[in-house]
Amino acid sequence: MNRSLFVGTRKGLFRITRDQTGAWCISDNWFLGDPVSIVAPAADGNRIDAALDLGHFGVKMQRSLDGGESWNERPTPAYPPKPEGEVDIEPGRGIDLPWTNKLVWAYAKGAPGELWCGTLPGGLFHSTDDGETWNIVRALWDDPRRRKMFGGGFDFAAIHSILVDPRDSKHVTIGISVGGVWTTFDGGKTWELIGEGLRAAYMPDELSHDPLSQDPHCIVHCPSNPDRLWMQHHNGIFRSDDGGRKWKEMEDVAPSAFGFAVAVHPSDPDKAWFVPAVKDEQRIPAEARVIVNRTTDGGKTFQPLHDGLPEPPAYDLVYRHALDIDSSGDLLAFGSTTGSLWVSEDQGDHWQVVSEHLPPILCVRFQ
Amino acid sequence: MLWCPKSFSKVVKLIFTQNLLRHVQAPTLEVEGCTVSEVLRVYFVDYPQVQSYILDDQGAVRKHVTIFLNGDMISDPTEQSDGVTAGDEVFVAQALSGG
Repeated sequence: MNRSLFVGTRKGLFRITRDQTGAWCISDNWFLGDPVSIVAPAADGNRIDAALDLGHFGVKMQRSLDGGESWNERPTPAYPPKPEGEVDIEPGRGIDLPWTNKLVWAYAKGAPGELWCGTLPGGLFHSTDDGETWNIVRALWDDPRRRKMFGGGFDFAAIHSILVDPRDSKHVTIGISVGGVWTTFDGGKTWELIGEGLRAAYMPDELSHDPLSQDPHCIVHCPSNPDRLWMQHHNGIFRSDDGGRKWKEMEDVAPSAFGFAVAVHPSDPDKAWFVPAVKDEQRIPAEARVIVNRTTDGGKTFQPLHDGLPEPPAYDLVYRHALDIDSSGDLLAFGSTTGSLWVSEDQGDHWQVVSEHLPPILCVRFQ
Repeated sequence: MLWCPKSFSKVVKLIFTQNLLRHVQAPTLEVEGCTVSEVLRVYFVDYPQVQSYILDDQGAVRKHVTIFLNGDMISDPTEQSDGVTAGDEVFVAQALSGG
């Protein structure tokens, strides 16, 4: 077991490795002081892609090809020039929709040399030359329904989940907060808004089942069964068995069905993990107790896992990209807004604290 | 964008905040142009990576970057059309935000 864990935080990127005693320790850091919104380490241990949000100076892409020894800035997905005179206003608030990349919030590999990048304010970008050049996916950006999307945690809609079907890289499904679930079967030329069965209690009754009004916080699919999707939705936990067309809401999830993150076992589609919180004005752990909720039966039941996690009161909130599972299906890790990071080597039965003093954690990803 | 004729262009000094240099190479240079926009774009020819740190995707000055011309904020951060004269100093600053 020699996998590395990469942790993107508000103040830099960290690598966590397991030492000979079995302890997981911080071994490297990069970009100290800079927010790292996304990290994507390749399985080979050499290539690492990271997205930085430099605030004053904008979004930047960085790549290392030598395991972090050196980094090079790579081209950043940029929105096309807004046509002169074009009115692009969100009707609800009457404000201009920006045409500029404010955050990279999703990043996924497709076919060899193919990359997808999801951004705030809702633009999806595609590269067929490994990130040398990026093009906005016009079919999505030009869809008039985009103007009816709205921000979840941000001022504008943002793409946080990109699922490339391992059986067919032209089949891609994305999740947008707040803009529902969209899928393409032709590599992005045409898109379909899907999501029957999703429910948005925060909307007026007549719009509660409107697929565009859904707020998926995070969507994952099972690599060995890509038709099985799990979603942590603003409104609860949902499961799909047909690639996202139809969803079933999990019922009676204690202590809470609210949260942001979700992970699914790589070969057992019935096994998934969530980190519950109190919705939705408070956004703290239920009863101030940090737990991980695990289902092993497709969502019929959930087991709260807390061995090794802090005793109450603890106020750690876990963001949507801050929970991950490795390719073996045994290693799990999650990190919190209070800078705590935990690793489990047995699917969540026991947890080891790595640090309680990291900067606020935005994303964790196993190599 | 209209470029002014070479005979009318002016040599100005272009300086970037030290805070930027942590991220990207951006040395102080004397650059020719008739407007702040032209001065920047001439500079970006030799230092293309600097552009995305200063301007957003639509070519406007980033929200948290401020450009000063001889100590005064430029009046047109969207197009940077403020005219320059020989010997002017253009300073690109990180705007203070958040206290």
